[in-house]
Amino acid sequence: MSGIIAQNVGRHGGLIKAPSGGGGAWTLIQTQTASASADISFTSGLDSTYDEYCFKFINLHPSDNDIVFQTNFSIDTGSNYNVTKTTTNFEATHNETGTSGFKYGTGDDIAEGTGSQRTGLIGSDNDESLCGELRLFAPSSTTFVKHFMARTQSYYGGAYAWSNFMVGYCNTTSAVDAVNFDCSAGSIDSGTISLYGIG
Amino acid sequence: MSGIISQNVGRPSGLVKAAAAAGGVWTLIKTLTASADSDLSFVDGTDDVTLDATYPIYVFKFINIHAGTHAADFTAGFRDGGSAYDATKTTSTFYAYHNEGDSATGLTYASHDMVQGTGFCQIGGDAMGTDNDQCCSGTMFLFNPSSTTFVKHFMVNMNTLTEADYSVNEYTAGYCNVTAAIDAVQFKFDTGNIDAGKIKLYGIKDS
Repeated sequence: MSGIIAQNVGRHGGLIKAPSGGGGAWTLIQTQTASASADISFTSGLDSTYDEYCFKFINLHPSDNDIVFQTNFSIDTGSNYNVTKTTTNFEATHNETGTSGFKYGTGDDIAEGTGSQRTGLIGSDNDESLCGELRLFAPSSTTFVKHFMARTQSYYGGAYAWSNFMVGYCNTTSAVDAVNFDCSAGSIDSGTISLYGIG
Repeated sequence: MSGIISQNVGRPSGLVKAAAAAGGVWTLIKTLTASADSDLSFVDGTDDVTLDATYPIYVFKFINIHAGTHAADFTAGFRDGGSAYDATKTTSTFYAYHNEGDSATGLTYASHDMVQGTGFCQIGGDAMGTDNDQCCSGTMFLFNPSSTTFVKHFMVNMNTLTEADYSVNEYTAGYCNVTAAIDAVQFKFDTGNIDAGKIKLYGIKDS
């Protein structure tokens, strides 16, 4: 760069050369809003453009009570969500009467399985919901496994603040190009999921 | 905005109108790509790196870090003056683990924490394998490194595919127990080199 363009890098006004990330390190790629949706899938926008992608969960509310909110991945643009995964899962919990817990979620993890991975728990009372995020690193790599990290906070069981930490990797060297979110029963009644690229 | 300028909003090339916050709250400062490097270092004022009072929060992103030597541990060191990465640190570390054979799971406090140590701090990537697909990815926050009043807190979350085929989700947090400014951070394995991967440094604005 040279001249006025170079001088304006990082400035608050005028003309600049667009940054390589397209206008800031975080770029909103897509937002989907649930409306009694059986699931929410992101089948585009996951490629080599960014080294990291982040899904933000905003007040996801299920139709059925005390269900598992879960995640799976695809290597064929969403035709199948069945990527092999090894994961860990632990949780910190506290209910409204003062009972707390902190433990590894035995049985809530996956060892080289292809099913959906628990990402949080949600109740269906009108004020119950789940918020949080899932980060996916370099999904387009055809060399390495694909690490992902999710942390969610939910209102569960009518009385629990439920903080869930789910982390693992897709044990594949194929590119991951789609991600699916659904509930273990019923639908995602409302809420939004936004996908960002971090450049 | 109108015309070519509005058309280029959010685009990765061409001319755009500068954003009100000068391009977003997060600013990518520097990306280092490993190629059998003994270490990767981010030094304020060197090679276009900013690590000073410009930002109150700095974020390092680790993308598919791959070790050159079997069972190596990934570490970080902080420079508080001079040329050595030997700032005194006290840290805590815990991790969850699960192996691919489904025979081992757990959530435990780690023994490789530090008490007023000056060596490099293990930040995940424990016992990393060198199989072609094995790597670690994660994030480290460093708060207010330029402060000459307070200690410097940092927080790391890393997931690793280890040499024994474990998924290890590790949380490390602590502080550099110095009031001198931290002006450089170095990453390396405790043995061998960083064979491949990227480390990206971002600054986060507060105004």
